[in-house]
Amino acid sequence: MTQNLLLDLNQVAKSFKAADGKSRLILDKVDFQLKDGEIVALLGKSGSGKSTLLRIMAGLIPADAGKVAYRDKAIGGPVAGIAMVFQSFALFPWLTVQQNVELGLEAQGVPAVEREQRADVVLELIGLAGFGGALPRELSGGMKQRVGIARALVTNPDVLLMDEAFSALDVLTGETLRNDMLELWEEDRISTKGILIVSHNIEEAVMMADRIIILSSDPGSVRCEIKIDLPGPRDVDSLEVRALIDEVYGLMTMRATHEAAADTPNARHMGYRLPETDVSRIEGILDLLAEAPFNGRADLPQLAEEAELSDEELFPTYEALSLLGFAVLEKGDIMLTPLGKKYVEVEQAQKQELFGQQILTHVPLAAHIRRNLESEANGSLSEQPLIDLLEEFMKADEAKRVLEVAIEWGRYGEVYEYDYHTGRLTLPDDNQE
Amino acid sequence: MFELFRFQARDVVTESKGPNRWDWALLPLVLAILGIFAFAAMQMSRPFAVGEALQISLDPAYLPYYLLRTILRMFTALAFSLIFSLIFAAVAAKYAVAEKVMIPTLDILQSVPILGFQAIAIAPFIALFPGNLLGVECAAIFAIFTSQAWNMAFSLYQSIRNVPPELKEAAQIFRLSGWQLFWRLELPFAMPGLLWNMMMSMSGGWFFLVAAEAISVAGQDIKLPGIGSYIAVAIEARDGLAITWAIAAMLIGILLYDQLFFRPLLAWADKFRFEETQGDTAQQSWLLDWMRSSRLFRAWIARFWLFLGRGLSWFSVQGDGTTVQVNQRFTHQAWPKVLDAVLLLASVFAMYSLFIFIHSVVGWAEVLHVLGLGLITLVRVMLLIALASLFWVPVAVWMGLRPQYSQKVQAMAQFLAAFPVNLMFPLVVFAMVTFKLTPNIWLSPLMVFGTQWYILFNVVAGAATIPNELRLAADNLGLKGWLKWKRVYLPAVFPSYITGAITASGGSWNASIVAEYVTWGKTTLVADGLGSYIKQMTETGDFHRIALGIGVMCIFVMLLNRFFWRKLYLLAEDHLR
Repeated sequence: MTQNLLLDLNQVAKSFKAADGKSRLILDKVDFQLKDGEIVALLGKSGSGKSTLLRIMAGLIPADAGKVAYRDKAIGGPVAGIAMVFQSFALFPWLTVQQNVELGLEAQGVPAVEREQRADVVLELIGLAGFGGALPRELSGGMKQRVGIARALVTNPDVLLMDEAFSALDVLTGETLRNDMLELWEEDRISTKGILIVSHNIEEAVMMADRIIILSSDPGSVRCEIKIDLPGPRDVDSLEVRALIDEVYGLMTMRATHEAAADTPNARHMGYRLPETDVSRIEGILDLLAEAPFNGRADLPQLAEEAELSDEELFPTYEALSLLGFAVLEKGDIMLTPLGKKYVEVEQAQKQELFGQQILTHVPLAAHIRRNLESEANGSLSEQPLIDLLEEFMKADEAKRVLEVAIEWGRYGEVYEYDYHTGRLTLPDDNQE
Repeated sequence: MFELFRFQARDVVTESKGPNRWDWALLPLVLAILGIFAFAAMQMSRPFAVGEALQISLDPAYLPYYLLRTILRMFTALAFSLIFSLIFAAVAAKYAVAEKVMIPTLDILQSVPILGFQAIAIAPFIALFPGNLLGVECAAIFAIFTSQAWNMAFSLYQSIRNVPPELKEAAQIFRLSGWQLFWRLELPFAMPGLLWNMMMSMSGGWFFLVAAEAISVAGQDIKLPGIGSYIAVAIEARDGLAITWAIAAMLIGILLYDQLFFRPLLAWADKFRFEETQGDTAQQSWLLDWMRSSRLFRAWIARFWLFLGRGLSWFSVQGDGTTVQVNQRFTHQAWPKVLDAVLLLASVFAMYSLFIFIHSVVGWAEVLHVLGLGLITLVRVMLLIALASLFWVPVAVWMGLRPQYSQKVQAMAQFLAAFPVNLMFPLVVFAMVTFKLTPNIWLSPLMVFGTQWYILFNVVAGAATIPNELRLAADNLGLKGWLKWKRVYLPAVFPSYITGAITASGGSWNASIVAEYVTWGKTTLVADGLGSYIKQMTETGDFHRIALGIGVMCIFVMLLNRFFWRKLYLLAEDHLR
């Protein structure tokens, strides 16, 4: 059994030290296996630690606890049989395509002649024959990622790790490259035994993977696993695939629904990570949802298509909508609440007032800020204590981001104001009399 | 795609033929340069006894020879600076423990004036080659080195720290060793910045050339053949014409190495530019075009790279992550603490020795006096930077908004920053004596004479990058006059202005040594200040007071940087965000 186990992670945990010296758990008790001959997709919202997990498997960072093994041997650094494809391509801009592809071989001390031959073979395989002498800056994004893939494949890795490899490309280019990859894989033209895809694109995961693993957040751990037995090549428009996509959407948004139902708003604590979205996107989605053809209820994949936004951009917005009580999520669908309907209809000034009311009741951080401002004699507050407070729950940069979201929402709802230069929060003018 | 193939094929065919016309043009040029440098290098090693006077002739016919000697000296120093920078940056960026000591040390070294190094180094170097001129040559080269090396090392170190993390990860995944990582990733990434700093370092070398070549430290008076000594002799002899010749020779020298050395390098290094910024126009070099057209050179260069490429495999990583112990890197938790303790002890000991030194050797009154002089120089530096800014910022913005000027300014940058302030002495002394001006005020402008240009270049560069749309928007809204400056131009150039002002401030402190103590023949004008104090003490050879003066200057420069410029820099960075 174990000989066809490529990667084996057992009870892996990882934490990072925050600025104040306390450590924060990023990954907790992660069990994961990559078997010979399978493609596995790792899904999770941002902050679920999926990138960290990938880097642990790549040997770039060590795990704090648990077992990480490649073919039954513990991983203590980058491993010869594991190669990686990066979201941002990570090509060396001063090296030609040929030199970039040869890089891994050069590092291993492979003689120049053999290097060239092997690079030529892979370049031809990936559709880059004739581009060997080009510099990366001459290539389009899709071509650049082809170089990135060729660079990984030339070392004949057992395991290929793909870190959001298609997400920096436009939809059409990404799909073409994805299909080319699948073709190479299914026709056994590459020596790779297993592929791990980290993605936030649900359709991509369903189209490529034999198994999908969904990570929960804070700290990240495996929440559920979906086996996909559909044979390739899969058709995006087929009923089975659509049903699967719907199912995964439902699972991905389950947390938000579950929390909105189970927790009373007050139970949500100060360190709740406000979703990374902005007011105009929230309102844009609300408007879209209210209009035809959705008329208040939408299937998430359809909404994504209509909004022309990626899942990574949409999920935080869904979370914000349900957090603020404007919509509810249910089994891969999103529905406007009566409040959400009212919000869409009223005038701008009332919108902002309504928004303010909702964040005061549903966002503890905003309520906390407002309360403190009202009790301060001069109605003004420095941001630093707030950042310190948030850092007890999250990393420093994340704390800043959450505060930024709270500031934007608060400004829009006219709950408080913020001066960028002094870094101070104040009550709005009309409240100061 | 097909084109690419054909092109390569044609290349291969032509490779086998004999030399082409570019070869015939380049070969004599290269041989001539090699021959000239070999001749000059032989001249460096000659019998010499301390006290012997080296004859420097003011006849312009000797100038080409002097120019050759000076340029050879500067390139030797540049080579050593480069080696120093490579090692320094590689070690400091790699080992956090070393970094903790090395970066502050570099900060201090940067603020020590060149005379300080010379005073310490001259005796050991002469002792190293007894009875030979080579020792003095080495001392001069060392002095030039100290005016070049620090900012190169700093730039390289900072570039290496800023290597994009995803490229670093890629290099790790493909298991490049530290050696391979340095040559394949870190150095190429740092290359454009390093080259730019090398050019500026050469200019810095010229600025202090007189001090480096005409050594008058600790009772010594040695003038090595070179432009610097030529200027020094011309000043002693009050020969205005010779000064003009020297300026011309310097200009030609800078033009030569710019065209034959830096332009080709910059044009070649164009491929290392990381961001594909549209604004930067690619550097052009006729020499590089020549070399690329010459078959012989292409073959040589190919062989050269092949040879270097072989070096890459010297230190490969053996084994991989499955053979390495897990968490190996994180086991030595105690070491940093031990090092901190050692550092603390060392600094306590240093403070104690300093106390003893002041108490027993120079006396507290002298310390107070020197601190007072430091304050005077501080006031001078700040006032003049402010005045120079008032004048140059509007001019620079005006030029930066007009591309036809801004590009020319960049080309002038090297020459203006290189112009040794000593060359202004005749004019200054003439004016001061004629109009009976007080040195304490009127010598001050000399301090920013060589450094004001940094403000100019940086602001020009900053203004040139103001987005065109921003200017159109300002026009569209009807912004005019002061309002337009206040809301658009000044905020836009603020970050680049601060960068320029920091460089100018640092340089002005160094320049105070030359600027506060001016001689022309028998006339000597002295302004009170830290610079003139150090200069006078070096001439009398009072090592304790040199050390005191330099120490105080270091403290002033570092405090000013830490509590004034650094704050402004962070503010500017925040604005830029």
